[in-house]
Amino acid sequence: MKTKTVLAALAAGLLSTSAALAGDVRVMWYSDGVEGEVIQDLLNRFMEQNPDINVILDNVAYQVIQEQLPIELEAGRGPDIARVTNIKALAHHWLDLTPHIADPEYWRTNLGEQFDWMRPDGSDAIPGFMTQLTLTGGFANKTLFEQAGVEIPGADATWDEWVEAAGKVQDSQQLNAAFAIDRSGHRISGPNVSHGANYIAADRTPAPVDDGVKAFAAKLVEWTESGRMNKETWVSAAGTTYRAGAEDFINAQIAYYYSGSWQIANLSTKIGDSFDWVATGSPCGPAACSGLPGGAALVGIKYTQNPDDVGKVMDYLASEDVVREFTERTLFLPAHKGVIAGPIDFKTDDPNVKGALNAFVKATTQVHPNAGALPAWKWGSAYYGALVTRISQVMAGELSLEDAYARIDEDIAAQVAEASK
Amino acid sequence: MILAPVGWLARVLDPPLRALQRVGGRNGMAIFFVAPNMLIFGIFVLIPLVINFAYSMTGGGALFLGDRIFVGGEQYGRLFDCGNYLEPNSCREDLFWTAVWNTVFFVVLQVALMVGVALITALILNRDLKARSFWRAVFFFPVLLSPVVVGLIWRWILQRQGLLNYMIYELGFDPINWLVERNWAFAAAISVSVWAHMGFYALILLAGLQAIPKDLYEAAEMDGTRPARVFWRITLPLLAPNLLVVLVLTLIRAVQIFDEVYVLTGGGPGTSTLFITQYIYEVGFASLLRNPGLASAASILMGAVLVVLTLFQLGIARRGERRSAK
Repeated sequence: MKTKTVLAALAAGLLSTSAALAGDVRVMWYSDGVEGEVIQDLLNRFMEQNPDINVILDNVAYQVIQEQLPIELEAGRGPDIARVTNIKALAHHWLDLTPHIADPEYWRTNLGEQFDWMRPDGSDAIPGFMTQLTLTGGFANKTLFEQAGVEIPGADATWDEWVEAAGKVQDSQQLNAAFAIDRSGHRISGPNVSHGANYIAADRTPAPVDDGVKAFAAKLVEWTESGRMNKETWVSAAGTTYRAGAEDFINAQIAYYYSGSWQIANLSTKIGDSFDWVATGSPCGPAACSGLPGGAALVGIKYTQNPDDVGKVMDYLASEDVVREFTERTLFLPAHKGVIAGPIDFKTDDPNVKGALNAFVKATTQVHPNAGALPAWKWGSAYYGALVTRISQVMAGELSLEDAYARIDEDIAAQVAEASK
Repeated sequence: MILAPVGWLARVLDPPLRALQRVGGRNGMAIFFVAPNMLIFGIFVLIPLVINFAYSMTGGGALFLGDRIFVGGEQYGRLFDCGNYLEPNSCREDLFWTAVWNTVFFVVLQVALMVGVALITALILNRDLKARSFWRAVFFFPVLLSPVVVGLIWRWILQRQGLLNYMIYELGFDPINWLVERNWAFAAAISVSVWAHMGFYALILLAGLQAIPKDLYEAAEMDGTRPARVFWRITLPLLAPNLLVVLVLTLIRAVQIFDEVYVLTGGGPGTSTLFITQYIYEVGFASLLRNPGLASAASILMGAVLVVLTLFQLGIARRGERRSAK
């Protein structure tokens, strides 16, 4: 106990972000696009209405959320509220807002569908709400397809058909590659499920690599070897290092890009009117045409000294009008049922954006249950990390596919065993 | 006038220091003066080292040492669980051994290149060049850059659509995927790290060159000694202490290589530039399911290798000193 206290004191002294003082509510926030400015604007309005509560918004890099916040939380410290994506694995650090919010029933009715994503299994806590829902999916460079005289594949097109069509564009327009997928185990999990994969065993432990994973992994490797998939994105890094393929799509170096709905604002801003692009949902496999749902949640931290103030801030940010404004200005997909039901007037002049948002909303109806279960499954991160590490080794010629499958199973088993001690 | 405050301070401190000396004697005073430095060293080096070792004997997902499970040498056993150490794929922690061998090759090649280039640069900068100060500043400038900036600059230059490929294309040749081809990426990692740090080591060697008495060269010139012989018989032996310092520093830094290469190649293509520090970082911090025990065990092993290398080099240096004394 003494050791723990001494270490906690040391950590407290060393860590940069400290819990807020009485009357202060400190929010740790990361941004992909303009949402940092939007939330600051909304919080300024809250502070005008609630002069006794001072909300401090710490805009940090995503890496800080991923790497430093968990350490702060383990030390029993951290901000009062945080925007996070590693929602399930850290669920034991989130504050149950139920006694601190005005109307828990409002939360359960409008935002409750994703509560299991962010609370320990079996809990009925209200830890926070999703600031955005995301869904993995593809984007096609419409202009390049038109210039190549290749028809954009239809809604039920398979992965093979998409790669073939994008390959024709690549050959015609002399592109470096036909398509790219972000270097991330998360990103290939929707396609894996579409090929029949199920990561979750009956006892909710990680299942061994199955035929679905093997089918899509083999295709990825083949497409990389043939030059259809952009080699640079996956091969030029080791381990779990994230690499996005967005820049190649933005620079019209590829015809097709598989990423997710969170890229819409980024693509709109950076592509402008350089070329036309469309969102395509997820290509099909033999089992489904599924993307992987997910998103970023805003959660209260249970180590806060001001839980009632945190409750007030969260009540304000989760209110329907505020969520609607946040959604319309950030171009994110909302998780609030009331907002989804009502009209959403996305604030953009870009004609590509509204079509893209509609395409992703439509694609949410095609999410396979095996993909829908992953955000609420605590071993998802272990699976994603092992997939990206080993498959990229195969692409680089360091492992055979069979060796990679064995290694993926071993890596996941080792991580689960270590974390379960 | 300027020294007045110093004098005042000396007068104030004199009585307690004299009292301290009466109690502790001369040796006690030495300990007293060294103590602040040792305290800082203890807090920031020794204690973390002990804590790191303690972590390496634990397992589980908890962060705090007190909450972790004692597993003895299990993490070390895991690292050494190997069919053939020369064949990483036969090892349980294949990425660890891949990183170990990558680091060994990197150290051998980078240290040789770094010392060689730094020596040549120092020899050139020691000559009567026009704008000599300017050239010294040019070679030293990369040392002032943050490793992340170095990595980013070279990534922009070397990526498929980078500056270098643009020039190659303009000259009518096929572009090369520098960061995706294994050998090119490894060569790039070495070259960039040499570029980034060479100025510092050249400066140390330059200081050594300037400390060599000029009359030795004048005597050699009067004797008609050939320049190559002057270099081997005068410059190199008298520069040996500086070369040893450069060798030790370069070697330690090469084993610890991480930041600029991580930004440049991310450890790829595949795992061809995955070095031991990146492995430790990935296992201990970057992975969403961290394993601080395994990362600590790997870092303790890396530290042990560095200690052995440093002692070996110091041994060589002392043997050289004894020979010189004879």
